[in-house]
Amino acid sequence: MFLTISTTGTPGRPATDLGFLLHKHPDKTQAFPTSYGTAHVLYPEADAERCTAALLLEVDAVALVRRGKGKGRGGAPDAALAQYVNDRPYAASSLLAVALSSVFSSAMRGVCKALPERAGQPLPLRIEVPALPARGGPDLVRRLFEPLGWTVTAEPVPLDVRFPEWGDSRYVRLVLEGETLTLAAALRHLYVLLPVLDDAKHYWVASDEVDKLLRAGEGWLPAHPEQQLITSRYLSRRWSLTREARERLELVRLAETDDSEVEEIDNAVEADTGDGEAEEKPAPLAEQRRAAIMTVLRESAAARVLDLGCGQGQLVQALLKEPRFTEIVGVDVSVRALAIASRRLKLDRMGERQAARVRLFQGSLAYTDSRLKGYDAAVLSEVVEHVDLPRLPALEYAVFGSARPRTVVVTTPNVEYNVRWETLPAGHVRHGDHRFEWTREEFRAWAGAVGERHGYDVEFRPVGPDDLEVGPPTQMAVFRKKDDVNDVKDKEAKAA
Amino acid sequence: MSNETAKTLKQGRALPVTDLSLVVLVGASGSGKSTFARRHFRPTEVISSDFCRGLVSDDENDQSATKDAFDVLHYIAGKRLAAGRRTVVDATSVQPDARRQLIDLAKRHDVLPIAIVLDVPEEVCAERNAARADRADMPRRVVQRHTRELRRSLRHLEREGFRKVHVLRGVEEVENATVVTEKRFNDLTHLTGPFDIIGDVHGCSAELEALLGKLGYVDGVHPEGRTAVFVGDLVDRGPDTPGVLRRVMAMVRSGDALCVPGNHENKYGRHLKGRKVQHTHGLAETIEQMEGESEEFRAEVREFIDGLVSHYVLDGGRLVVCHAGLPEKYHGRTSGRVRSHALYGDTTGETDEFGLPVRYPWAEEYRGRAAVVYGHTPVPQATWLNNTICLDTGAVFGGSLTALRWPERELVDVPAERVWYEPAKPLATEAPGGHEGRPLDLADVHGRRIVETRHSGRISVREENAAAALEVMSRFAVDPRLLPYLPPTMAPTATSRVDGYLEHPAEAFAQYREDGVARVVCEEKHMGSRAVALVCRDAETARRRFGVGTGGDVGEGPTGSLYTRTGRPFFDDRSVTEEILGRIREAVAAAGLWDELATDWLLLDAELMPWSLKASGLLRTQYAAVGAASGAAFPGALAALEGTAARGVDVGGLLARQRERAADAAAFTEAYRRYCWPTDGLEGVRLAPFQILAVQGRSLAGLPHDEQLALIDRMVEHDGSGLLQTTRRLYVDTGDAESVRAGVDWWLEMTGRGGEGMVVKPVGAVVRDEQGRLVQPGIKCRGREYLRIIYGPEYTRPDNLARLRGRFLNHKRSLAIREYALGLEALDRLAEGEPLWRVHEAVFGVLALESEPVDPRL
Repeated sequence: MFLTISTTGTPGRPATDLGFLLHKHPDKTQAFPTSYGTAHVLYPEADAERCTAALLLEVDAVALVRRGKGKGRGGAPDAALAQYVNDRPYAASSLLAVALSSVFSSAMRGVCKALPERAGQPLPLRIEVPALPARGGPDLVRRLFEPLGWTVTAEPVPLDVRFPEWGDSRYVRLVLEGETLTLAAALRHLYVLLPVLDDAKHYWVASDEVDKLLRAGEGWLPAHPEQQLITSRYLSRRWSLTREARERLELVRLAETDDSEVEEIDNAVEADTGDGEAEEKPAPLAEQRRAAIMTVLRESAAARVLDLGCGQGQLVQALLKEPRFTEIVGVDVSVRALAIASRRLKLDRMGERQAARVRLFQGSLAYTDSRLKGYDAAVLSEVVEHVDLPRLPALEYAVFGSARPRTVVVTTPNVEYNVRWETLPAGHVRHGDHRFEWTREEFRAWAGAVGERHGYDVEFRPVGPDDLEVGPPTQMAVFRKKDDVNDVKDKEAKAA
Repeated sequence: MSNETAKTLKQGRALPVTDLSLVVLVGASGSGKSTFARRHFRPTEVISSDFCRGLVSDDENDQSATKDAFDVLHYIAGKRLAAGRRTVVDATSVQPDARRQLIDLAKRHDVLPIAIVLDVPEEVCAERNAARADRADMPRRVVQRHTRELRRSLRHLEREGFRKVHVLRGVEEVENATVVTEKRFNDLTHLTGPFDIIGDVHGCSAELEALLGKLGYVDGVHPEGRTAVFVGDLVDRGPDTPGVLRRVMAMVRSGDALCVPGNHENKYGRHLKGRKVQHTHGLAETIEQMEGESEEFRAEVREFIDGLVSHYVLDGGRLVVCHAGLPEKYHGRTSGRVRSHALYGDTTGETDEFGLPVRYPWAEEYRGRAAVVYGHTPVPQATWLNNTICLDTGAVFGGSLTALRWPERELVDVPAERVWYEPAKPLATEAPGGHEGRPLDLADVHGRRIVETRHSGRISVREENAAAALEVMSRFAVDPRLLPYLPPTMAPTATSRVDGYLEHPAEAFAQYREDGVARVVCEEKHMGSRAVALVCRDAETARRRFGVGTGGDVGEGPTGSLYTRTGRPFFDDRSVTEEILGRIREAVAAAGLWDELATDWLLLDAELMPWSLKASGLLRTQYAAVGAASGAAFPGALAALEGTAARGVDVGGLLARQRERAADAAAFTEAYRRYCWPTDGLEGVRLAPFQILAVQGRSLAGLPHDEQLALIDRMVEHDGSGLLQTTRRLYVDTGDAESVRAGVDWWLEMTGRGGEGMVVKPVGAVVRDEQGRLVQPGIKCRGREYLRIIYGPEYTRPDNLARLRGRFLNHKRSLAIREYALGLEALDRLAEGEPLWRVHEAVFGVLALESEPVDPRL
């Protein structure tokens, strides 16, 4: 909530001209009301050689919470903003950017009645932001400011000096120094880049944000090497914000119950930050996996298919394209994943005949579920590794003991292959939520035992390039129910 | 025309019509059906085909709209019947096919179809139609056809399925007739008892007499006017069926008892009527015993059985009694399948290994408001399940004869004198419909649910909350078998008005005093993370009692679990959990508690420290982050203000205010730091147990806290590992000002040194107020500095405090009580050895309620 802008001067061009350029008199302390508190402009130093203007935003934390608490009992549109323990009163966030633009609006436009010609001239500038929240760290800070002609000093602020093992915070002490920029340009840089660096979920977006960005970015944004990142981060918030607000409040509360972050439990869907960094890349392995699964399903002449752990519905989408699959059921435990799948499949706009073929519902393989009985095939693609090992027997029973489809396809990573992933540090699993990753031998042992216990024959197939030494990246097991007539297990299951 | 007919005609015939039925008026166009309906029924009871034609086509006489009109008519009638409302269909209904559809509809909703025929001469109908503008051009042949079809139908109406047929002949009879509403036989809602509902007797005359005596009946009459209700199966198998029948029939005759039929009465009744039935399942004994009785008595019995009504709805609809249980949609209904379900229950169509039909677990799905009391399936002990209870405790098989006092809901039983009849299979060790050890099914937890609790009635769980709980339970929780309990949330004390404080213990003491709780215990809050520990004596115990460690588990099975408030394991590494459990185990053993509590497992409620162990993510992203941002921002801001002031520029109160804010932020940083310390493996980890929740066969939730803490203290004393930590406490008498002051001082001293605060609990643990409602099991009073972590660094500023005092506690309190009741329920179910799904249902409920929208800072 604090930053300073300094300049140096000469007898011919006194530094105190800064006061004219900012339209704020150096010998006064002025206060301006803003939506989230009061902004103050003051000058700790003001003489011909050096002049520093400070912008101090007094954020009203309680008002912030109350404001965030829009609709419904205890419900906030953004749970993070509803925290009384909030960095907003201290960090140079998007709130400060909003204050900046309202307090220095003329300066930002490059208008100066007293010294019209100076407004268009570069001047030596030193801008200091002592607590800048910077997602992406000092490195991104440099990548954003250096191309604009700034000399950047960005030092990470430690989280807590008492606990050095906690490492650095997400704040950076930023000093920008430059000789070649106008004050208006400097202000516009800050106006756009403070929110861009700020943590996504604390940011408000108004509907006219595109226009504002175009205006503030005039003259520098189009040529910026990180232009795409800046634009998408700046604008994408409004979507993710409202979605988060709608879909995860119950999980937010359960996370709060445990004093943990909501991301720890609401992680069924990959965080789609929408800033171009995590843009969906073609995932050849995922495609190969789907192709392999489809092949098995076609071979088994399955018409009614369960996708257990359907996630965002990619496989469901693929299945829909083949009329042979007359009933496709996507099941996931994550309501959010299902909501995304539904959007992705455009279920509400789908033709009746197509829509009649597909259903999505919440379910859990930790429980038996009568709705899952009687299908031709079930797919568990990249699912088992998300289940804690001690709870795998429950999944096994729910699928092979209770639902008992004719064919079951299970895919899971082959941990041996991990050495072939150049980007994966040794000993790491491929996904933060993987509770385990199996070797080929471990997978075969598990699948074999499951088949034995429940009366299924098992066949193993590689997915992806089958490396001579470490095998394929994905391993697949195809379970086929043994002839029902001889299937004692089936009768036992029924009797139970 | 006989004299009598003439008389009736003059006075008008009284037509009995059942209060819940589908009344079909049959008559040609113009026969006066609408007028008749208007005169005898409420306007909303009547649906006419003309009206429906108008609804779908804007023209009541548009014959092309007939099909759609009847769809609408059937739909509305169906909705009304489903809701239990009598419905009159005003359409010609002269064709068998039209009537068949209505009879099907009545059957579908298990109500009686009743026909009232208006047989009016064709000329009259034609005249009336001609007089109506909208029907003036109706061809004469239409009425002719109607009349012809009506005549043809008359003889068949009863065979078609109408249970009552009233034929009114001629204009005069139609006009003079009156409709008399009759109650259904099963509707005894006006009787409020009190009742003593008695389970399957099966000829156990001595046990019946003993039970009646225990219930207070003297020769079949209760001095306080109570009514006995028999759930059927009086006969067969046992030693003295005639004695039982004699007693029950006399009581029913004198109005001291009600009786519904069981499947055994039904079969014996058919035998008495001379039908051929197999003399199996104890019928042979009845026939033999009855041979010694008079023909007259046998005739009485036949008549008695013949007159039994399949089920009764009693006590304003709050109680339903029948033999084999009844889903809600059948309550008070009258159809063949209702009777069949009431007598035999529903089966899955399969047979078990003893050749007996597998019963469909209707009670598991029951969500009705009325309590259903029934028998039929022998169970070792009568237990409530979803507001239903089976009272057949196998008296004839050597179990006991059980009665339920209503509305008291007390169980009274007498043991069988001996095994009178060998059961075909051992008495199941499960509640009806339950399966010990059956895997958890999604239907146990999914969607909107109502959980029946012993302590606080029915608690409902909303669908969206169950959905969130399902996600967390499935993806993150420990094995449900090792998750028999989740701790409830706790409400804070009422908001304090004391200067500078948001919470203050004076309020908590006052609240308990108001609730009538004299003695409370103040327990220090440890500011760790809430932890529940299930500790078994060894892996074998865990396997035997909790069923884990078999099958898919790798290596030696677990000896218990250690989990958070949402059921997640504290440590990813199972060996760390086992190490902690091992240390607790040793302390329990050294204190001699295994033997003293006669158990080989126990469930502990505790606080695990440091807080930073579990909450490190939150600490880093939120708490420490705020500390870091404020620590980085203030020096510069203060320096700028000081510099400005030094230049002689007036900075007003800004500098002083910023200094205060900086101090607040520093105090905040200090506040969270107190609850953080580095740990290495188990080095630095501490556990402060404060309650033993349950042991084998017993819930200890009701054990007074002073006794609880005495047990815990011994555990802590005998802990050689340094893991366990004691909980400091102070007892306060809420009625004694001196004692209350001491309690406040204790809290001030503790929180002044940076303590988190304390929890005030009634010493008596599970306590009710004067109205019989549960009082809060604990009220937390958090320290002034600690609350900075909750309400933000600057919450103590007077203007902030003033605003924060406007917080609302009611929802939190209600939530705390509901979760508490569910937690108690889980413990009771666990202690009583109920099946896993029953325990899990309550535990899942706690988790689901935790996702209800309530101010998270409370």
